[in-house]
Amino acid sequence: MNEPAITRDLKMTHGQFGDRAFKWLTLLMAFSVFVLIALIGYELFVGSKPAIHKFGWHFLVSSDWDPGNDIYGALPFVFGTVVSSLIALVIAVPISVATAVYLTELAPLWLRQPLIMFIELLAAIPSVILGFWGLFIMVPWLHLHLYPPLGATLGFLPIFHGSDYGKYYNCMLAAGIILAIMAIPIITSVSREILRSVPSLQREAAYALGATRWEVTRIAVLSYARKGIFGAVILGLGRALGETMAVTMVIGNLPQFKLSLFQPASTLASWIATQFSEATSDLFYSALFELGLVLMGVTVLVNIIAQLLLKTFAGPGVKPQH
Amino acid sequence: MKKIILSILGIGAVLAVILSILNAKRHIAIVGTAALLAVQNNAPAQTLINGAGSTFDYPAFTKWFETYGNDHKDVRFNYASIGSGGGQKQLLNQTVDFGASDAPMTDTNMATAPGKILHIPIVAGGVAIMYNLPGDPKLKLDGDTLANIYLGNITKWNDSKIAALNPGVDLPDLAIVPVHRTEGSGTSYIFTDYLTSVSPIWADSVGKASSVKWPAGIGLGAKGSEGVAGQVKQISGAIGYGELAYADQSKIPYANMKNSSGNFISPAPDSVSAALATASIPDDFRFSMVNPPGADAYPVAGASWVLVYQQQKNSEHGRKLVEFLKWAVTDGQKLSSQLDYAPLPDSVQQRELKLIDTIKY
Repeated sequence: MNEPAITRDLKMTHGQFGDRAFKWLTLLMAFSVFVLIALIGYELFVGSKPAIHKFGWHFLVSSDWDPGNDIYGALPFVFGTVVSSLIALVIAVPISVATAVYLTELAPLWLRQPLIMFIELLAAIPSVILGFWGLFIMVPWLHLHLYPPLGATLGFLPIFHGSDYGKYYNCMLAAGIILAIMAIPIITSVSREILRSVPSLQREAAYALGATRWEVTRIAVLSYARKGIFGAVILGLGRALGETMAVTMVIGNLPQFKLSLFQPASTLASWIATQFSEATSDLFYSALFELGLVLMGVTVLVNIIAQLLLKTFAGPGVKPQH
Repeated sequence: MKKIILSILGIGAVLAVILSILNAKRHIAIVGTAALLAVQNNAPAQTLINGAGSTFDYPAFTKWFETYGNDHKDVRFNYASIGSGGGQKQLLNQTVDFGASDAPMTDTNMATAPGKILHIPIVAGGVAIMYNLPGDPKLKLDGDTLANIYLGNITKWNDSKIAALNPGVDLPDLAIVPVHRTEGSGTSYIFTDYLTSVSPIWADSVGKASSVKWPAGIGLGAKGSEGVAGQVKQISGAIGYGELAYADQSKIPYANMKNSSGNFISPAPDSVSAALATASIPDDFRFSMVNPPGADAYPVAGASWVLVYQQQKNSEHGRKLVEFLKWAVTDGQKLSSQLDYAPLPDSVQQRELKLIDTIKY
């Protein structure tokens, strides 16, 4: 009986060394991400120093963007980034969660794989292609078939305000829809993984209590997985906050602060991308760096708010598996 | 036991053969590399000249580099078409041999340069005023009307001011959507330079620059000339501006613009050359050619400049760059006129050659 014990001990030592090496290696990798973010933040801060020095906190609340007189403000872009991402979530979350439920709970087995493949294909379309599609096909279609009825029925709401709906093609709403299309595959894929990881026991227990299929899905599956789905939504939100190319093509690129979704707008990321190549004065250049810093701040803030929401509203459940 | 020894020997033999083959390959590879090196050594040393800047100049440069490179094997060019602002910045940082810009450098930027920078006009072109109207009528516009459209004072196509310029044209009751370049651009510079020269209100409220503060809430912004052309093509009632080549490629109609003599002129290489011939050009070549006096001159036009340091740091690069520039402003002009640019008039060419001769290397 001794010999196997010795062998086991030897294996353990060997295993422990491997474990330790593995632990340090993964720690190094995880730490490198932290260092990378810190360095980016530092570089952005250094680059934006002249603008911070010149405008101070006023930069965040000013909606002036006047390269001729070297006056810059970030408010329209923060507004555009947050609002377009919110529109994207409002559209994408119900579609994605419903798709994930269908794929894991309801779809016949032969249909699941092809559907999953299509969703993953959607995720692989480059944003510039989506942008061109948005500009040449989606926006003209919206102009004819979505804006007029929306304006006619919901025009009393400030967000659908504007006799301009017949006039404009590219606007905040179009950007939100493009972002939704980009967020859907991410939210769907992650949600599907989470729903799959809900133990069958949960479902069987609910069935045993006489629940209908809808009740099983709602009580046993969705409420169990809501924490994870929330995480999936945050991932989708991250995609929407930082998207550049597709947004630039359909948002209309005006640095303005308007409540109506039919009005052109611009986001932090899209504005940085369009202006960077032609930023000739030093302050202009620095203001763009500060926009980058603000974007980083917005992203961090949104994540913190999301974490707080999660703590307040979500109970125990499955966490995202990524 | 015998079998095992035999099989080991066999494996050894196979390994030996494989190794020798690999070795042989390595020898061949070494010989091959040596041969390649020998071939490269026989060719004359090539100088790589780096440039960056204007997207407007890019087609001309591409054509020139190809043609010039065929006759001059000792020099290669690398041009990054990153925009005029980027070109100026890279020249100031001395990371390129030359910059190219559609707008002359500002005095502020010139002051930060480590040496004297020369402006050498290299191409000139017209900016077409494109529009999208049902039935594609041919329109006539003047500067004041155009300024008022972009200021948001004229909002419908059947406005009396547009109608007065276009008797007999059936103008629809359609909203005007003015499209501008969202990023800074030399094209915007020429466009706002023109509006500034013809409209006092525009000069006061917006002014001229590569990127200006566009009147609030008016129209749409698009990225790149192709972006503006794309928007105008998409939106019924849109108006935009872009290099003539983009309007022609996208088959978008463009307006005849009223010049200072009161004639309505269509943008074309000839009418832009006419503008160049009558524009007043100072000795530092930082000139504006909008709204010149010529009777046949197209008023919305501008030049694009190659920017170089008068004192070159690298004598080899400097010499080859000067040779190329001399060729580009003379022989090169015949080639660029095939690409919708206006050729520089002889008188301007002679003055430029004198300026290029002042470059030291």
